[in-house]
Amino acid sequence: MTTTTTAAAATTDVSKDRSQARQKRMIADHFHKLEHAKETGKKVVYTFVPGNLTELIDALGMLPVLPEINALQSGMRKRSAEYIAEAEKAGHSEDVCTYVKCDIGMMKAGNIGPTGTRLPPPDLLLLSYTGCFTFMKWFELLKQEYNCPVVMLHVPYQADGVITNEMRQYIVDQLERVVIPAMENVAGKKLDMQELEKRLALSAKAEDDLVAVWESARHRPSPIDGYFGGVYYIGPIFSAFRGSEDAVHYYRELREEVTARMATGEGPVTPDGTTNEKFRIVVEGPPNWTHFYDFWRMFSREGATVVASTYTRVGGLYDLGFRHDSSKPLETLADYCLGCYTNMNLPSRIDLIERYIKSYDADGFLINSVKSCNSFSVGQLLVLRELEKRTGVPGGFVESDLVDPRYFGKANIDNRLQSYFQMLDAKKRKGAR
Amino acid sequence: MKCVVGIDLGSTTTKAVLLDERGSVIGQGITNSRSNYAVASAVARDEALTAARFTMLQRAFEEEQRLGAVETQTLLERLSACFRLEVYLAQLEQLGHEMSRLLAGEQYGRHRAETDAPARDILAECVRDAHLFFVPGARRRSDFFRDLAGAAFMAGAERRAREGQVVFERIVALFDRAIFDVETWLMNVEFATLLSRALDRAMPEVVTDAGRGETRKDIKAIVDRVATIPIEESSYVGTGYGRQTLPFPKEAVRSEILCHGRGAHRVFSGTRSVLDIGGQDTKALQVDDSGMVTSFQMNDRCAAGCGRYLGYIADELNIGLHELGPLALQSTKVVKINSTCTVFAGAELRERLSLGQRREDILAALHRSIVTRAMSLVARSGGIRNEFTFTGGVCKNPMATKVLSELIAEHYGSDIVINAHPDSIYMGALGAALFALDDLEAGRARLLPA
Repeated sequence: MTTTTTAAAATTDVSKDRSQARQKRMIADHFHKLEHAKETGKKVVYTFVPGNLTELIDALGMLPVLPEINALQSGMRKRSAEYIAEAEKAGHSEDVCTYVKCDIGMMKAGNIGPTGTRLPPPDLLLLSYTGCFTFMKWFELLKQEYNCPVVMLHVPYQADGVITNEMRQYIVDQLERVVIPAMENVAGKKLDMQELEKRLALSAKAEDDLVAVWESARHRPSPIDGYFGGVYYIGPIFSAFRGSEDAVHYYRELREEVTARMATGEGPVTPDGTTNEKFRIVVEGPPNWTHFYDFWRMFSREGATVVASTYTRVGGLYDLGFRHDSSKPLETLADYCLGCYTNMNLPSRIDLIERYIKSYDADGFLINSVKSCNSFSVGQLLVLRELEKRTGVPGGFVESDLVDPRYFGKANIDNRLQSYFQMLDAKKRKGAR
Repeated sequence: MKCVVGIDLGSTTTKAVLLDERGSVIGQGITNSRSNYAVASAVARDEALTAARFTMLQRAFEEEQRLGAVETQTLLERLSACFRLEVYLAQLEQLGHEMSRLLAGEQYGRHRAETDAPARDILAECVRDAHLFFVPGARRRSDFFRDLAGAAFMAGAERRAREGQVVFERIVALFDRAIFDVETWLMNVEFATLLSRALDRAMPEVVTDAGRGETRKDIKAIVDRVATIPIEESSYVGTGYGRQTLPFPKEAVRSEILCHGRGAHRVFSGTRSVLDIGGQDTKALQVDDSGMVTSFQMNDRCAAGCGRYLGYIADELNIGLHELGPLALQSTKVVKINSTCTVFAGAELRERLSLGQRREDILAALHRSIVTRAMSLVARSGGIRNEFTFTGGVCKNPMATKVLSELIAEHYGSDIVINAHPDSIYMGALGAALFALDDLEAGRARLLPA
């Protein structure tokens, strides 16, 4: 019996490493390609995560760079403070989004990316989600610096909580008339629709597996942490790899690993090993990156597993049913851009979180309100009250920032979280009596 | 006797509350935290234990009915005052030892002789006049040794400095260093001995008729008996900002948010919303019908508008913290101050004073400014329903309470019941003690580290 258990555990350990190792390889390979882009003649497109058109970029043989991801990586590598200081020295106010300042600072300091290699300058700045006003200003700044073309895809806000045919057609028209021609111009070749369709079909495969991974958290104990662990899971699909064979392999492996953990009743792997699930939490808002592990430990130490989070859906709400559809390539890209989380109106966001709280059987939900991001933070207190009213599940609220370490008050956040978890504990005990 | 202990290690003061097994408060103690939580915790707990003895004495006298109700009350009041006097005298003695020790140090050199004699004289005067702090009806700024001894010593030092006998700064520096050590000194005097001395002082004041020898004998017997009944602390919970610095096991630590909510609800059971303004944070909470917190908001990243803000303003004006509120109440003209930043508020205060505005009016504006900030947290935590309780050190400030009541009436209607208990500073420790009692009843009690 003992032997079997050990063997099973050993197997899971090995397979756990497999997906992680693959992701690491994929990233290293991508940054290597970027480093040598000029020699190999590859064109480089800077673009953002929400509404990214990765399949289109790849089908045209170009390489994407995602400035927000570089910024968050700088935060995790404890470099963001100096980059932000650099940007502030250049005149950017303290109130500017810290992703922007971190990115500008990194650029000023030589544009060395997260893997330690130099990033190439952009040949094109592709703004495919305009719901974030900061994105537009960000690219205006980069345009000044690099003097390269900017292409903007205007994405209407889901003010009424639905995507209408007119909205979809409006995007398709822009893609056909403006975006694709401009991209072809930079790429120096025509878009091969079959190439795009092939990638879209691969995207859908990976998306199926990712949804299975998210939904594994319905199991008790949840085999994954859908926020802190989740940000690793979204790495490939929200960045350069959606629509690639690599991503399909990665998500298949990840799904297998998670299924195995579920079978052995294991909880998620945290910085302190596997935890015993005591609380099931839904989280709204991006994590803090400068103190990512400290923040995670404040949860794992208390046995709090995040079963679902909205941040891990910023690059696609696949669990609501959306899949890239290769039979309608431009329409599907339009739906993807329109459907990103921050493009949803507040009632839809509340409905989504309510759905997570109920379907994942959460004990509580927590909002991390970040100073930098208006797209996320606006209306969060209203969201909190409304969700408490609808679900009866207690909400918690902490405030921090994306990558400015000055806005992470460790003692204060820890104090709030401890209070919050003790409150949940007391509620559980009361319920049990 | 069995009891449970709750300790609230706040940023400014440390509080302890003792409950008996039925959950009645039998003692509470408070002391300066002075960034030494281990000592502060021990001192507050000692004080609470002393208070618990007095509760036990009261119960014993009521049970045995050797004295009438009025006489019992008088005796206990005098006994308590005399006990405090004995403690104060013991601390003064320790202060003398500390001063001598410091004076023996090399840094005093040639100033030793000229400082030593006046310091001894002043101390002797402090001892001589000590009883004046404890006569019936005496007004004390606070019961903290630092405040009592400080006031008496400074008066003596100032007089001698005026007369040219001492260098004021030198003798005050000596006092400042010595008192710190006395504050962190754990008195090693038997409770029973001090109480017995206190009784010797109090008895003739209360039982004046020399013919009641038997009564005096009975009183002494009761006091001696109660003084030595063992008090067993069978469970404890720590809370407050210092909780992490003490070697409390995780299970014996509760968040002060939960403790304040529980404590406030215990005292005012109709309470559903609580505002606590402490030294370094402001908390707005909602509690359910059992006192459990269901939602809360706290100040974040910036502690402007907390108790320390008022402390800073008091320092700027060179007045006592407790004088701020009464002074602000005398305001006759509405002045607006928008800055909640403590440092800027200080600057604004000086500027307005220089422009000739009245101190009272400016202070009233500063109070409005911090309470407005707290009201925003209250709104964020879910607003106010039917009954509201104000806790924390700042609720002792009458201007803060007045402004808060006005704002609550304005925003939530004039039918809201607003509570502020004179012991509201103990709410966190009370809540902690209630959690300790839960733990005891559930068989998971933790004991205080020895």
